[in-house]
Amino acid sequence: MDFDLNDDQKMLAKTVADFGKKESTVERFRKVRDAEGPGWEKAVWQKMGELGWLSVPFPEEVGGFGGSFVEVGLILEQLGKTLVPEPYLASVVLGGYPILLGGTAEQQQRFLAPMIEGKTSLALAHREPARRFAPGAVAATATKDGEGWVLEGTKAWVPNGHAADQIVVAAKAEDGLGLFVVDGDAVERETLGCIDGHRAAHVKLDGVKVEADRRLAAKPAEEVLVQVLDHGAAGCVAEGFGLAQSMLWMTLDYLKTREQFGVKIGSFQALQHRSVDMFVEVELLKSVFTEAIARVDQGDLEARRAVSAAKLQLAQGGQFVSRQAIQLHGGIGVTDEADIGLFFKRMHSLVTLCGDEAFHVRRFAEEMDAA
Amino acid sequence: MDLSFSAEELAFRDEVRAWIADAMPPHIKKKADDAGHFEMPEVMEWHKVLYEKGWVAPHWPKEHGGPGFTATERFLFSEELELAGAPILSPFGLVMVGPLIQRFGTEEQKKRFLPKILSGEEVWCQGYSEPNAGSDLASLRTMAIDEGDHFVVTGQKTWTTYAQYADWIFCLVRTSTEGKKQAGISFLLIPLDTPGVEVKPMLTLGHTPAFCDTYFENAKVPKENLLGPLNGGWNLAKALLGHERTLVAAVGHCRRNVRLAKRIAAHQLGADGKPLLEDPYWRERIARLEMRLRAHQMTNYRALAEQQKGKHPGPESSILKLVGSELVQQTDELCMELMGPDSLNWFNGEGAVAPFEQWVGPMFCYDRATTIYAGSNEIQKNIIAKLILGLPKK
Ligand SMILES: Cc1cc2nc3c(=O)[nH]c(=O)nc-3n(C[C@H](O)[C@H](O)[C@H](O)COP(=O)(O)OP(=O)(O)OC[C@H]3O[C@@H](n4cnc5c(N)ncnc54)[C@H](O)[C@@H]3O)c2cc1C
Ligand SMILES: Cc1cc2nc3c(=O)[nH]c(=O)nc-3n(C[C@H](O)[C@H](O)[C@H](O)COP(=O)(O)OP(=O)(O)OC[C@H]3O[C@@H](n4cnc5c(N)ncnc54)[C@H](O)[C@@H]3O)c2cc1C
Repeated sequence: MDFDLNDDQKMLAKTVADFGKKESTVERFRKVRDAEGPGWEKAVWQKMGELGWLSVPFPEEVGGFGGSFVEVGLILEQLGKTLVPEPYLASVVLGGYPILLGGTAEQQQRFLAPMIEGKTSLALAHREPARRFAPGAVAATATKDGEGWVLEGTKAWVPNGHAADQIVVAAKAEDGLGLFVVDGDAVERETLGCIDGHRAAHVKLDGVKVEADRRLAAKPAEEVLVQVLDHGAAGCVAEGFGLAQSMLWMTLDYLKTREQFGVKIGSFQALQHRSVDMFVEVELLKSVFTEAIARVDQGDLEARRAVSAAKLQLAQGGQFVSRQAIQLHGGIGVTDEADIGLFFKRMHSLVTLCGDEAFHVRRFAEEMDAA
Repeated sequence: MDLSFSAEELAFRDEVRAWIADAMPPHIKKKADDAGHFEMPEVMEWHKVLYEKGWVAPHWPKEHGGPGFTATERFLFSEELELAGAPILSPFGLVMVGPLIQRFGTEEQKKRFLPKILSGEEVWCQGYSEPNAGSDLASLRTMAIDEGDHFVVTGQKTWTTYAQYADWIFCLVRTSTEGKKQAGISFLLIPLDTPGVEVKPMLTLGHTPAFCDTYFENAKVPKENLLGPLNGGWNLAKALLGHERTLVAAVGHCRRNVRLAKRIAAHQLGADGKPLLEDPYWRERIARLEMRLRAHQMTNYRALAEQQKGKHPGPESSILKLVGSELVQQTDELCMELMGPDSLNWFNGEGAVAPFEQWVGPMFCYDRATTIYAGSNEIQKNIIAKLILGLPKK
């Protein structure tokens, strides 16, 4: 077993970390959150393209780097540390992976190449209103219309759905579930504010016509979707691991500076033990993060188990950290002004997206060995 | 021991229920049905409806305008309000400073303040915490200098809940720097329109402007606004903290949250297309909290029954604060989990989620405060360890 990153991976993580420290601090996130607009900046996205970050998991033929999800996870971890608002998870992972895993070479060239350069962004419209996470829970329909398809249905809370140039839509066709790459401007979309200060969209498909060559059919859509959602879940864990580290550091800093009763509050044993508990959860999170990003590309039972165990730890350990971080900040932790709350809210989204605790525990239990 | 209700008690409950159904203004009823968030003006509107009926202060003695309910009638009354989803009244006058004025005030103070607390004509807020005096409240530094017939107050209070809607603030101020910190504190009642007083609202984690910074710069406060003895404010503060903690037992809040959880679970569908409320996993998750809530509720009844016998709340009220605040958070968390992806909703107006789901996110965020305010849970545990369990100091 080797847990070490290679030199290229270390370099990549460091470059992204430096970017967070110098160019995309939490202050920047706050500004973008409070401004009108999509909640992220095109210029920064383009820069990420130029730096090669958007190319990481995609094949070299379409301008990609030909890497694995390990690199994707490392980037997301670092982006999480300062709440970088660009839609890396939504566009590279959720929007990009269906095309990577289910698209032909031509489709990859057509839809991934511009995103890799930072010229466009993508999204995945899978989930429907008041419906939960199961990949197959899709009521939207795709009806044959000459050579192409007509889509009907509604998709809820599509991350980056409000801004994406192309949206991958899951819909039921007569021959089974299908994934269709739909032009963002061809659908009706309502931009919604999210708890974490990001935006998302409800997407209405009201007889949207899609040409035949926009269906991703290189592999069965169900299989692809399960893979995509697992990569998404691993991505949530990666970003969440970044958040958790920041929250732990911020809290420790606070305990070392805030004074009450004439002493640093960090000298109270109750708070020391709580900090230790937080630290332990962050360490466990690091372990499951490592396993999840290392295994998810395998796409097998062990990969699913690793991802689900990681998502559970994010829900339990990650949220323990975010809740206690607020608690140990006292009153200031419950203001909008304090950064710690921004992390708390983003953590909730990451716990919720791509399968919550209930979903992953149930799946793990269903596939569990008898002995 | 008999925990069942008598025929008279049940008749009382029916009377209350019918009255609420009739008296609640339609726009409040609509919000109540949707588990909405009540703004202060709506809270005060409801306050006045209850006042007209004589039911606004069930815990006040008759001589000061209370309705003279028995302990059981009070339980039933609060349960009915809760079931109806009625706005929770501002506690600062009715639950905090009111009873304190009854206990420590002069006759003039009782006449001056109590009727307007009761009628809702004057709204109060609480000025204890300062930027550097939170858990260590006794280290507060807002100074009140004695200038003969008045005090001159200078300093800053913070986290003052809904000060922007208040007419009066009750403050702990420093009137002496001699001796122990606790021995130099006085309890002062200050009108917020006093020149030199400024209130600046700020946003909470739940994106509501629920608390404020309150600044005092050479604010002149007449001597007759001193409650209790000069330099005797700490005892009043401790007496009040006891009341505050029975309040933050938050039984009503928890029960509403459990009901809300069920409503959400009936609305949200699982992967099989059936409501989550039919799924044993989610039923058990809700049941566990409802079961713990029963234990909490009985503990609260026990404490209220003691209080009814004339005992002032003691350190036991810390238990109510601990359990209640955590249950509020756990039920909020469960509501969020039940909403699934819909829990991402953040102030999108109608249609994005079901009407009764609109406020779940902001509530989930704001309620992180329940384990912090009214004496943080860590402080409560220190109190229980020291005063109830008799554990030695380090
Ligand atoms: C099954 C078993 C095997 C053991 N094997 C070994 C061995 O191989 N070699 C060896 O050297 N020892 C061994 N020990 C002894 C063990 O290290 C001691 O029991 C342990 O250090 C606690 O000391 P104590 O029993 O004197 O309890 P105490 O130190 O008196 O502690 C009593 C309680 O107070 C708590 N406590 C004490 N100090 C603090 C503090 N500062 N802050 C917060 N809480 C505190 C403790 O956690 C404990 O709950 C073993 C013990 C057990 C039970
Ligand atoms: C929403 C909200 C509304 C409020 N409304 C009001 C109001 O209307 N009026 C008012 O006066 N105040 C109000 N408060 C203030 C509240 O009472 C204080 O926030 C609280 O007393 C904690 O003080 P602090 O924020 O300074 O935190 P600190 O005291 O700095 O505490 C920081 C952390 O250290 C812990 N800690 C501190 N001391 C110890 C110790 N000895 N042992 C172990 N742990 C310790 C705390 O538990 C906390 O986790 C409100 C607060 C909130 C969040």
